[in-house]
Amino acid sequence: MRFSEAFRDPALAEKLFTEIARTAETLARSRKTPVTVMEVCGGHTHTIFRYGLKDRLPDTIEFAHGPGCPVCVLPMGRIDDAIALARRPDVILTTFGDAMRVPGAQGSLLQARAAGADIRMVYSPLDALELARKNPDREIVFFALGFETTAPSTALTVLRAAREGIQNFSLLCQHILIVPTLRALLEQPDFAVDGFIGPGHVAMVTGTHPYEFVASTFHRPFVVAGFEPLDILQSLLMVLRQLEAGQARVENQYARVVPPEGNPAALAAMRQVYETRPDTAWRGLGTIAFSGLQLRPTWAAFDAERRFALTPHTVADPASARCGDVLTGRIRPTACPAFGRDCTPDAPLGALMVSSEGACAACYDYEGARQVA
Amino acid sequence: MNSIPGIGTGGRITMAHGGGGTAMRALIDTLFLEAFSATPHTAQEDQARLPLAPLVAGGDRLAFTTDSFVVEPLEFPGGNIGTLAVCGTINDLVVGGARPVALSAAFILAEGLELACLRRIVAAMADCAREAGVRIVTGDTKVVPKGACDGLYVTTSGVGVIPADRAISITAARPGDVVLVNGTLGDHGAAILCARGDLALDVAIASDCAPLGGLVEALLAAAPNTRSLRDATRGGVAGVLSELAEASAVSLTLDETALPVRPEVEGVCDILGLEALFLANEGKLVAVVPQAEAEAALAALRAHPLGQQAALIGTVAEAGPHGPSVVVRNAFGGRRTVTMPSGEQLPRIC
Repeated sequence: MRFSEAFRDPALAEKLFTEIARTAETLARSRKTPVTVMEVCGGHTHTIFRYGLKDRLPDTIEFAHGPGCPVCVLPMGRIDDAIALARRPDVILTTFGDAMRVPGAQGSLLQARAAGADIRMVYSPLDALELARKNPDREIVFFALGFETTAPSTALTVLRAAREGIQNFSLLCQHILIVPTLRALLEQPDFAVDGFIGPGHVAMVTGTHPYEFVASTFHRPFVVAGFEPLDILQSLLMVLRQLEAGQARVENQYARVVPPEGNPAALAAMRQVYETRPDTAWRGLGTIAFSGLQLRPTWAAFDAERRFALTPHTVADPASARCGDVLTGRIRPTACPAFGRDCTPDAPLGALMVSSEGACAACYDYEGARQVA
Repeated sequence: MNSIPGIGTGGRITMAHGGGGTAMRALIDTLFLEAFSATPHTAQEDQARLPLAPLVAGGDRLAFTTDSFVVEPLEFPGGNIGTLAVCGTINDLVVGGARPVALSAAFILAEGLELACLRRIVAAMADCAREAGVRIVTGDTKVVPKGACDGLYVTTSGVGVIPADRAISITAARPGDVVLVNGTLGDHGAAILCARGDLALDVAIASDCAPLGGLVEALLAAAPNTRSLRDATRGGVAGVLSELAEASAVSLTLDETALPVRPEVEGVCDILGLEALFLANEGKLVAVVPQAEAEAALAALRAHPLGQQAALIGTVAEAGPHGPSVVVRNAFGGRRTVTMPSGEQLPRIC
């Protein structure tokens, strides 16, 4: 079975479009406003735009593009922290590709590299560790980004570095958690999202149980979803059917990858290596308590912030871009006054315009200029 | 082979090879001139001299182009930096309808480069030029200290002659025309990503690097009113089509199900969050031909060894109210706009 074909089958998609339209029509009879469904992950956002799914869905369904794109919620101050470390002559800073273009107050990592900082793109934290082995006279700092999806591989890398006695490797840890962030969103009084397409790859690690509160406390359907177009359509239909039946449950559409209990080994590695920070800043969302991870004191030697006595930078989000309102689903990307004018993929003002997972970049790339009036 | 008689026995480029003395002379005579089939006698002048009469007989305009190549790694499945340079320059000529005549090649070599590697690259360039019926007639070599360049850079320039009856231009696409490609998209880009080795993807993808002169001649014989041709290098087919839509002031609609993509290239793209439509090619061109010649053009491409997987991928229409655009229609009936890629494509985190 070729998964890429099976989960992109137009005939099956057609059946789902029909069923979605029927269910949406029934729902529309009992409400005045469109049904708003938040797809939590940047990967979902990307698929929705990449496959033009919105074109085939009724107007009575709106997507709100959620906060689950790690570079999109990266605060400017954190980029400045990374640049400050990278400017040290003894440091090689390593990070994932799409973090390179995110603007901080002092420019992006790409710009810092052009100005002479030694910054290298890696595909895995293990690549950074290998760089540390090969360059014993340099300090290798891994700018560790991502949700529960990437946090375990960073944790396992720290454990391996400790086991091998590697002394010149450390983390600028920006791992963040989706669960407290969803709670913070749901607690906002004007949060007008009716149901969720839940984060498939995060749930692969966390399992589905941590999301029960969304259904039980906040009465919203929550369907953990895969990333192929048929996954998104089926999950959307599952959310709509719950709404139609007046239900709010956690369901698992992505059962081929997500076990209900998650990945116990990954969770154990995370517990062993990290603790939550009291406060973590999110771009566009402000500060959310216990939503970020830092290294436990046992692993202080691998913590770049302690190792280099880093003074954290704090930078207010740019006032002209309404990233926060896009992230919380209050406005569509095109309703932001900066969209496509002051803020484009070439010169992003907000991080949502950086990664192709970002709601604004996806919207710009795939809906393009026709959106800019 | 690690030592080449007369060049030195160290097996590597040293600063002496760029010093203007005997080591440099030996490198040029025994490595470059031999490979490019020029005798030291004809190469004594500071410039190549091309007789005008055959040029004038071949057409009414001279096509002239130049390109620099800096790829890492220097050698990869399907080619090396040298074949890339020769093919790239030839292809820049032939997509203008020109018949290529001669190339120059200027090398910047890093101290420490293995002579065996240089010899392989130069030999491959010579083979590639010979197959394409083009001569490498002049060149230059400089050596820079280790670390100042990544092994080897090469700049090639080329001249060709455009026959009088050809008027191929990026501005010439008209509503009603169709868009063709001569084969699978993104092979070169995916091959380079895999060859760099830092993805640890165990997949064999070869670059599509090839000179397209013969293919273009076959196409133009079958479809003499071909409007536009472009080789789809950096920025991929998407980049070229964005330029074409803009330059011809038209809108293009592509059928995603018609885009030829190798399954292994699609796999690499899926893993990294990239798209074959945006990946570089080195042996692929986009052709815009009038609808009436579409069938003949496609048949001619498919009959050529470099066009067996040629496909009709889209159509040309009047520009919409928001101006020229490139739109991809997918199997679900969804539409998305393709814009010029901004900067390099960066892999996504998850």
